[in-house]
Amino acid sequence: MTTFPVDKIRADFPILKEKIRNKPLVYLDNAATCQKPQTVIDSISHLYSHEYANVHRGVHTLSIKATDRYEGAREKIKDFINAASTKEIIFVRGATEAINLVTQTFGKANINKDDEIIITAMEHHSNIVPWQMLCEETGAILKVAPINLQGELIYPEFEKLINNKTKLISVVHMSNALGTVNPVKKIIAAAKAKNIPVLLDGAQAIPHLSVDVQALDCDFYVFSGHKLYAPSGIGVLYGKQALLEAMPPYQGGGDMIRKVTFEETEYNTLPYKFEAGTPSIADVVGLGAAIDYLTEIGMDNIAAYEAELLCYATEKAQHVKGLKIIGEATDKGAILSFVLDKIHPHDIGTMLDSLGIAVRAGHHCAMPVMDFFEVPATARASFAMYNTKQEIDVLIDGIEQLIEVFG
Amino acid sequence: MFDDLRDLYQEVIFDHNRNPRNFRVMENASRQVEGFNPLCGDRLTLFLKMEGDKIIDASFQGSGCAISTASVSLMTEIVKGKTEAEAETLFKQFHEMTTGKEEDIDLEAIGKLAVLAGVREYPARVKCATLAWHTLDAALKNEEESISTE
Repeated sequence: MTTFPVDKIRADFPILKEKIRNKPLVYLDNAATCQKPQTVIDSISHLYSHEYANVHRGVHTLSIKATDRYEGAREKIKDFINAASTKEIIFVRGATEAINLVTQTFGKANINKDDEIIITAMEHHSNIVPWQMLCEETGAILKVAPINLQGELIYPEFEKLINNKTKLISVVHMSNALGTVNPVKKIIAAAKAKNIPVLLDGAQAIPHLSVDVQALDCDFYVFSGHKLYAPSGIGVLYGKQALLEAMPPYQGGGDMIRKVTFEETEYNTLPYKFEAGTPSIADVVGLGAAIDYLTEIGMDNIAAYEAELLCYATEKAQHVKGLKIIGEATDKGAILSFVLDKIHPHDIGTMLDSLGIAVRAGHHCAMPVMDFFEVPATARASFAMYNTKQEIDVLIDGIEQLIEVFG
Repeated sequence: MFDDLRDLYQEVIFDHNRNPRNFRVMENASRQVEGFNPLCGDRLTLFLKMEGDKIIDASFQGSGCAISTASVSLMTEIVKGKTEAEAETLFKQFHEMTTGKEEDIDLEAIGKLAVLAGVREYPARVKCATLAWHTLDAALKNEEESISTE
């Protein structure tokens, strides 16, 4: 690999030039959301300035242009995750809505009383609560596969949960709280052996590693644009065509219909069947631009560079007295969740902020993970392709200084 | 380093964080209420011993950030010997100090609690300081359920 062009990449992100409390911004909250490159910002501005109208509607020039941009982005996403067809790419607001869509359509049509759904103990609330709601409604049972103290799925225990009542397995590809990358291929193979569909929550994984849904053979893959250097408010549900065809629609309205009379309605074909109403057109175009940008850099190059960052950060963090890393999986993305002896994560967050360093302090929308590790919260530094080793030095230096201040 | 934070993290706060006052379970408490801040996971149990409408003892247990620990520690000190009405007045003043306009604060009445005035500049941290007082308010109103800042 040639040297990763981090300086060039940094120059593409205008916000990285901001000063926070008079210090250069060190943005290490990428697991919450990523910053946007100029090309994404420009794509939105260009659409609204030159090519904006509603999509799939008019015969006029602007509507055709906007539709081309919108559907062009769908094509890019299809290629980015190697889906078989654009019919399998459904636009939603984010990973959360994608999971809710699956619970409300696939779930309600296929999951009944006493059926079982398997998740893991490291899920984000968005992959817990929609299933709990479905279980409450249907009488189905939510099974939770345990994790070990490194923050890894205990695979044999997971496998034991699979039985003939299992109707769906929904697991996180990469944990936002711990960084753990789950053995998804093994999970999917075990599920396929019993014809059980698998949903992967890829919100955290997709900006950090290359995803090929056909190679994975997952049935659903969900992700949000905002963690992929794209705008917030846009996300994707990938589903295998046959499954999506068989599922009832999600919301009713315009665009999702082929023919409407007061007696009956004929639904539109995929993917439009699941896209009622005027979509977030500019955000979809922004997502397309983000994917172009990432494709040019190369997801494998990004993954290799981030692995280097994580290795550097972990090594340095291990030398800080009183610092405990939460989440030490062998297969791990660039997330450093940690606690400090006798210093609350919220104090860490405020202190680091005063040095211009943005980290997350809290439960990371994964309260059960916090309970498991018996901590109220953690501080989390999460890295992206625009972060540098120098920024990690600033972080570690900041942590050491705040330990001193707290005495 | 951390010069900007001097208003927020005053030495008194570090002191109360290191050595919280009245940090104990109270046997035979007249009131016991749990406070919880789901945003950061801070959790505390407040114990009060009442004699008529007077608070004759106050203590707490739990874990939280430096701001919330110092706040509850200072609070248990200041409310001892106060009547319910006096404690409620303090709560109102404290609330005003941490969320309201600067000119409205009666610094004399608030006394030592003034060290927490700095949170006003840190909206994300206001709840850390007020959790103790919301819990006290619930205890005085004799609400038995645990209270939450959310």
